[in-house]
Amino acid sequence: MREELCKALLTRSENPNMIFLTGDLGFMALEELEKKMGPRFINAGISEQNMMSVAAAMAYEKLEPWVYSIAPFCYARPFEQIRNDVAFHNVPVKIIGNGGGYGYGVMGPSHHAIEDYGILLTLPHLRVIVPAFNEDVCPAINAAGDLDCPVYLRLGRGENEDYNPPPYSPWRKITDGNGRVVISIGPIAGSIIKPLLLLPFNIRPQLWIVSELPIEYNLPPRELMDSIISIRKVTVIEEHVSHGGLGSIFAQFLLKKNVNIDQYDHCYAIAHHFSTYGSQTFMRKQSGLDVDTLLGKII
Amino acid sequence: MLSTATLTKARKRLLQMHFESGVGHLGGNLSCLDSLLILYHEYLGQDDRFVLSKGHSAGSLYIVLWSLGVLDDKSIKSFHHDGTLLAGHPPQKTIPGIDFATGSLGHGLSLASGVAKSNMLNKNSNKVYCLLSDGEWQEGSTWEALIFLSHHKLNNMVVLVDHNGLQGFGSTHDVASMNPLHKKLEGFNVDLSVIDGHDLMQIRSALSKKTEKCHIIIMNTIKGHGVSFMENQMQSHYLPLNKKQYLLAVKEIETG
Repeated sequence: MREELCKALLTRSENPNMIFLTGDLGFMALEELEKKMGPRFINAGISEQNMMSVAAAMAYEKLEPWVYSIAPFCYARPFEQIRNDVAFHNVPVKIIGNGGGYGYGVMGPSHHAIEDYGILLTLPHLRVIVPAFNEDVCPAINAAGDLDCPVYLRLGRGENEDYNPPPYSPWRKITDGNGRVVISIGPIAGSIIKPLLLLPFNIRPQLWIVSELPIEYNLPPRELMDSIISIRKVTVIEEHVSHGGLGSIFAQFLLKKNVNIDQYDHCYAIAHHFSTYGSQTFMRKQSGLDVDTLLGKII
Repeated sequence: MLSTATLTKARKRLLQMHFESGVGHLGGNLSCLDSLLILYHEYLGQDDRFVLSKGHSAGSLYIVLWSLGVLDDKSIKSFHHDGTLLAGHPPQKTIPGIDFATGSLGHGLSLASGVAKSNMLNKNSNKVYCLLSDGEWQEGSTWEALIFLSHHKLNNMVVLVDHNGLQGFGSTHDVASMNPLHKKLEGFNVDLSVIDGHDLMQIRSALSKKTEKCHIIIMNTIKGHGVSFMENQMQSHYLPLNKKQYLLAVKEIETG
């Protein structure tokens, strides 16, 4: 999604108030943006705590700061700066974390972000946007930029080859069928779309993607709730730990709404550490988030 | 110009506020009150900003705002009580003149740098002032901010360091010595001044200095300044005054 990100930010940078701060990331990806933005493009160096507080102050001064780094370096390292300076002050800093989930694969757990939105959603005012497809990046950037509050964008790698997704929206129905209801977040949904489309309608799961949290700001559509009430079987898929993730969030939502169902399953990132290391595909398999395992659970 | 009478009145009001609320942290408030009063009364412009990085000196800031008529006696009386706006550390967006809530050390210099960089990008001449403690230089984020403000040549920024030599559980020298602090800062692209932080003329002189770079003023101060039995005492970091101590402290302030 980095290519799409650069294009989206280039357009966004027409706004003279936009400031882009990077924690020394962007080589062979953001040079064009750097060239276009000039002094408004700031490589803040390898000092994410300072970068976040600087961005908070810039937002306070009515500029539009965007902060960019590898995902854990822009939410875990400067968490207190996000908490105290960004969220407590409710200033609209936009935080872009690249490589959400196991995106950095064999680089190891220090570079993985499988607890990001769960942690950040504990903070006041903070909203989360997770594009699922490369095509989502531009509208997601605009959606984040237009919100007058802090936003965390979790970027990954689009996995929807040969599939043309519906236009970006906080909730989207991707496949229809009489199978169970599946709700997913982020690019991992793209990995199962093609196999699902090959299934007969009577057993094909109804796949939905949510891209914005917390869901209280964008409630699940009536059609989705009707499907859950009639089908009564729900699976949530996410490349995030169980605690604080979409699975917990949606289960609590159903409980609050007194929606009775027969089965609620959750496919999630099991651990930061396994006995060996590997690519994102490998790490997902360790967590049971690979395509075959997911299909076995939802069909 | 700040009068001696106003200064004395502010010192007494600070003592009274802390005594009536049963709150300690007086030592670090008395060490920076003089410079804060001069800054707010004589230098801080309408569109300038101030960041209290050493948020535990909120009492001094409240008293300075009281001395300017921003806060009234009713507000001051509510200090530290349930339902107050005057918390133990500066609150956000509720008191005119306080832009940033602080409390956790190591945030203020970055916030001030963000304001200064914004002013540069917006091509305005507003200034930003920031007050840090000396112990706060043990926070890594403070050094990140120093690297940033130095690299970006933020010459619209003045940093005051309340160098009173005492921190939470010992002297800064005994806990994690950086003495002499100015020697550590000399290698950065900043202008440095070292002054007596209780000499009003030296404070004025430093704040009036025209510099090409960010100006860092290290103020050698005394924790508990002006009250003999509090000066340079660790207890003054935490303990509130009892009635006898309070009356004695007021008498010492009055007699100078």
